[in-house]
Amino acid sequence: MAVTLTESAAKHVSNFIAKRGKGIGIRLGVKTSGCSGMAYKLEFADVAEPEDVVFDTHGLKVLVDPRSLPYIDGTELDYAKEGLNEGFKFNNPNIKDQCGCGESFTV
Amino acid sequence: MALLQLSEPGQSAAPHEHRLAVGIDLGTTNSLVATVRSGISVVLSDELGRPLLPSVVHYAAEGVVDVGYEAQARQSIDPRNTVVSVKRFMGRGRADIAHIESMPYDFEDSPGMVKLRTAQGVKSPVEISADILKNLRTRAEAALGGQLTGAVITVPAYFDDAQRQATKDAARLAGINVLRLLNEPTAAAIAYGLDNGAEGIYAVYDLGGGTFDISILKLSKGVFQVLATGGDSALGGDDFDHRVFCWVIEQAKLSPVSPHDARLLQTRAREAKEHLTQHGEAPITAKLSTGEFVDLTLTSEIFNEISKTLVQKTLGPTRKALRDAGLSPADVKGVVMVGGATRMPQIQKAVGEYFGQEPLNNLDPDKVVALGAAIQANLLAGNRAAGDDWLLLDVIPLSLGIETMGGLTEKIIPRNSTIPVARAQEFTTFKDGQAAMALHVVQGERELVSDCRSLARFELRGIPPMVAGAARIRVTFQVDADGLLSVTAREQTTGHEARIEVKPSYGLTDDEVAAMLKDGFSHASDDAFRRALREAQVEAQRLIEAVQSALKEDAQLLSTLERAHVDACLGKLQAVMMGDNRRAIDDAMDNLNKATAEFAARRMNQSVQRALAGKKVSELES
Repeated sequence: MAVTLTESAAKHVSNFIAKRGKGIGIRLGVKTSGCSGMAYKLEFADVAEPEDVVFDTHGLKVLVDPRSLPYIDGTELDYAKEGLNEGFKFNNPNIKDQCGCGESFTV
Repeated sequence: MALLQLSEPGQSAAPHEHRLAVGIDLGTTNSLVATVRSGISVVLSDELGRPLLPSVVHYAAEGVVDVGYEAQARQSIDPRNTVVSVKRFMGRGRADIAHIESMPYDFEDSPGMVKLRTAQGVKSPVEISADILKNLRTRAEAALGGQLTGAVITVPAYFDDAQRQATKDAARLAGINVLRLLNEPTAAAIAYGLDNGAEGIYAVYDLGGGTFDISILKLSKGVFQVLATGGDSALGGDDFDHRVFCWVIEQAKLSPVSPHDARLLQTRAREAKEHLTQHGEAPITAKLSTGEFVDLTLTSEIFNEISKTLVQKTLGPTRKALRDAGLSPADVKGVVMVGGATRMPQIQKAVGEYFGQEPLNNLDPDKVVALGAAIQANLLAGNRAAGDDWLLLDVIPLSLGIETMGGLTEKIIPRNSTIPVARAQEFTTFKDGQAAMALHVVQGERELVSDCRSLARFELRGIPPMVAGAARIRVTFQVDADGLLSVTAREQTTGHEARIEVKPSYGLTDDEVAAMLKDGFSHASDDAFRRALREAQVEAQRLIEAVQSALKEDAQLLSTLERAHVDACLGKLQAVMMGDNRRAIDDAMDNLNKATAEFAARRMNQSVQRALAGKKVSELES
């Protein structure tokens, strides 16, 4: 299994990192909070921790800490436009249930 | 499904706690809203992908409020109810507004801020601006998928307190939490400064639709400091349009034109001006309502000639700002161009010649202010990245002071002081035994109070009787981070104090804003009305039933005439009861109550008599 990016997501991530001027990749993870138990974490990454699991996708580094990995392994990160709004979307095969907003989930 | 944005390391928001903040450039001609998405400041476009929202509001007779392009389309059809460049009226009285005689509006002749009569009643510039802000807020909330935490709204550096307060009031009315008002050139510097990481002295030359601002900024190690500001709050791209408009009138030998034709020609003038940015000449053709045809060609040479004095007019404040900062044009490392009007080639050329260098244009001059405001809003909302701990220093645009004997201004906070700031000065009494002192707060650079803008007046009472000159009254001026002022006067021996939050003469009082907010909650008041009506109907029903049952039991207590009167009142109440006129219901209930008062008294007597009949007095006493 792995954590991957769609081509569209990869293009946007590269663009954001280039404009930001620094960063070795992005960090995906989960934290325990939110209305359905878990919440996604999506951040720029400046340093890799020794324990990080690193995935290479479309020439980008995706860092995941080992505690988060079981919850998001197999996830494909997409970039979507919905009306005026746009942003990243987690297509996560592990989730059993998510709150209406999609920001938190249970596995 | 919520869409997520990339956060700075360690800054991922908890679910439902995204701090959505936007920057709003509330411009004279166009307004924009921008936000920071995944670390990048972007302007939010509408459904059709248009980034600009024309600052135009149309009030239709049938109650519809159009904002932006829809309103602009109504300009030539319905100029009287289509408000353009409302920013020029913010915090302004009639006397302050240039070219008021050629405007197609129906101004209400009232003291204080000008008000416009429209098809939807009298509108203040604050309400009209609020309609623009509401539109931007709706756009932002649709684009960000949630409620806004707050916004940074930009204002020209030259705006005085009255104009700043009016802008804040408009935001409040639009339901926007103002994180901060930010000077437009400072916002532009933020956009450029962060994107380019450049250090040194910069000039921001901002020629918008209705205002000109020049600011001298120092950027070093991520710290922005505004060294000096200057400008002209009644000079902008609109004035260039007006010059072309006047030229057309003169060339075509037109007699005074109708509001409709004036609007049409102003639009043609603006189009010609924009055309000249890319071309050497521009055709101006129009068919007027009088049947006259206008067919002219405006060349760059003619345009340069008729607008030369306007271009020169921008260089005066530029020189003054540099002098205030103690600098010469050679000290300036770069010139940032802001505002659509800076696209005019003659402006680029004049600015380039004055500073001896090509002005910077690598960001869109229409968007740069909104982009910078969004960056500031993002930081103020708490979405800050590690290392983004830079400080923003802003300055007082005009000196603040009080009136002293003889109508002279005593400056307490000089212009270009960085804010927030507090300064105090001691004053004394003028007459023996003087028990009170009137304080008149003014803003401006002139020596005579009559040449400055009056901001507020208040009184300090309870000064103990002393000979003239013995009392010591300490007056403290304090300006918060938004550039808004509070003044305190304190008599030093007794500690008597008087204080005022500057309610600029042209600003709205809290009550007025509250009243407007209440108007906005029209649904709430509808509900309250319905509730009161319902209560009246229930009460009426109860009364009718009581009277009817009494009539059934004791009809013999009434004469025919009395009975007829009661029946009439009863009928009347039944007739109005199911309507929605609460007053009519109340009145009918009153009448029925009065008509039956005597009847009720007789019934009471009768029942007492019945209860007493056949009983001895002694029985009753026990």
